[in-house]
Amino acid sequence: MTQDARLSGRDLTLAYDQRVISRDLAVTIPDNSFTVIVGPNACGKSTLLRALSRTLKPAEGSVLLDGQVIGSYPAKEVARRLGLLPQTSIAPDGIGVADLVARGRFPHQSFLRQWSAQDEAVVAEAMESTGVSALADRSVDELSGGQRQRVWLAMVLAQQTPLLLLDEPTTYLDIAHQMDMLDLCADLHAERGHTLVAVLHDLNHACRYATHLIVMKDGTIVAEGEPATIVTADLVEKVFGLPVRVIEDPETATPMIVPVDRRGVRRVHD
Amino acid sequence: MNETLTSARPDTAAPFRPRDTLAWRSPKGRLSFLMRPRTLVVCLALVAVTFVTLVVSVSVGDYEIPLPVVPGALIGQGERLDVFFVQGVRLPRALTAIGVGAALGIAGAVFQSLSRNALGSPDIIGFTSGAATGAVFAILVVGASRVVVSLGAIAGGLVTAAVVYLLAMRNGVQGYRLVLVGIGVSAMLASVRDYMMTRADLTDALGAQIWMIGSLNNRGWGEAAAVWIGVALLAPVLLALGRRMRFMELGEDTARGLGVPTRSTQVIALAVASALTGAAIAVAGPIGFVALAAPQLARRLTRTGGTTLVGSALMGATLLVVADLVALRALAPTQLPVGVVTAVIGGGYLIWLLYTEWRGGRA
Repeated sequence: MTQDARLSGRDLTLAYDQRVISRDLAVTIPDNSFTVIVGPNACGKSTLLRALSRTLKPAEGSVLLDGQVIGSYPAKEVARRLGLLPQTSIAPDGIGVADLVARGRFPHQSFLRQWSAQDEAVVAEAMESTGVSALADRSVDELSGGQRQRVWLAMVLAQQTPLLLLDEPTTYLDIAHQMDMLDLCADLHAERGHTLVAVLHDLNHACRYATHLIVMKDGTIVAEGEPATIVTADLVEKVFGLPVRVIEDPETATPMIVPVDRRGVRRVHD
Repeated sequence: MNETLTSARPDTAAPFRPRDTLAWRSPKGRLSFLMRPRTLVVCLALVAVTFVTLVVSVSVGDYEIPLPVVPGALIGQGERLDVFFVQGVRLPRALTAIGVGAALGIAGAVFQSLSRNALGSPDIIGFTSGAATGAVFAILVVGASRVVVSLGAIAGGLVTAAVVYLLAMRNGVQGYRLVLVGIGVSAMLASVRDYMMTRADLTDALGAQIWMIGSLNNRGWGEAAAVWIGVALLAPVLLALGRRMRFMELGEDTARGLGVPTRSTQVIALAVASALTGAAIAVAGPIGFVALAAPQLARRLTRTGGTTLVGSALMGATLLVVADLVALRALAPTQLPVGVVTAVIGGGYLIWLLYTEWRGGRA
């Protein structure tokens, strides 16, 4: 499997300037999986996603996309295979929803092909499948946070990439819109066969939606696999330093984490 | 390789394209182009205003040349004095104004786009201040020949720009860091300049002071040719990068995700825009406000959600050629330095636009 996966990293040392986040990291994203990366703050999960999406160049080692080092492709070629929804994006003042989604077509366009019939159809479909078609003529400024995130996702979908990387797609959303976003991702994964990689904060969300879970701490991968087989109270305590019970999610039968009640217990912080 | 993806359903809805655009496709669909009629209309209007102002500039003055005589004088026919004023004095001056304005407008648009900051013009990020210091140094230390002053300005501007970029560079240039470092470096350069002024004799200091306001007085074919060559060589490079820059306004990570080579675009665009600013300042001195106001005005008139390079260049040209006409005629026979007028006209117009926008609740 390791050899054949479309996206993987080997011997990765990831650093910002001199500050090393991860050393000798090896990771494989199983094809057609909904992979979720979790871990405590500053464990390097977003850094890993940035490296996989070639937004961060590894200090050592390499990320392989379809058998080749990702940096050896032309920028547009990567963008036709791998889409990225970063943590923060900026919508220019007054830009329309359809205009923004249409920007996802950049890697398929050139000076002589600015707006092909295919561009048109793909953008319409991306808005359809994220449920923002009705907003097409509105300005992005006027939208709610949840709608806006759907529009950004539509833009990335318009790239028509088999691989989609999402960096904390639920961060600024309320609980209803978080679930809405994750349901949408799960549907995209199930119905359209995208391979999804997402960084998530909430362990219960990760357990419910991931088909493949990567658990990180201090820049290394502590455990990976199907949530039901790897998520245990021991693992969570080891990684997050939080005593928990793991029960079965009554909705989905996936593992669910319930923190142990420690009120009245004197705690020692390390 | 995309076989896992469902291709777009052909039966989806009505024709559809980005807002306010017209699309044209060749019959077989190999070629397709997208155009915004509003941008085109605004650009044509700016060209028209510039042209009319150019003709008026050539015609009016203490020595009136009636409009019907102007075309003849342009090609060297008619009375000798008419030909002299049109060909030798007024036309090159107006053409210099247009070239300098276009250079400042497009360079300003690049700086603002890359720094994602409306204040990211060469005035603010220290380039202008560096050029002024270089020029003042040349005037006071080397001597005041026009060529020496121009070279001093270009050198000062480019060195300062390089210093500011290097100081602001860390994982790429970030907008507000560029502006902050620029403000700091500008302040330091201003004090150096002030010190040199206090040590200079009065005539030199006055000359330097006048140069720093920016002026088109007595500019001839040499200056016109210099700035137009600069524009002809450098502006196309920026225009070619324009689309990438509009994508980089979505944020650097987003742009890279879409396949925009952000780092190389940033470096090339900053270097070329700096050189273009240098050419403009070398010819006319640091004319304030055009680079700041022109891109903002252009983007508001065209209502694009982002920078428009062509619009900014045309707006800069219009702004400067109109301002120069006002500078010439407002207090005639006294000629004002055009830098004084650009601030009044450009500033007033920008405030008016912002004011109407806020009242309309769109800001």
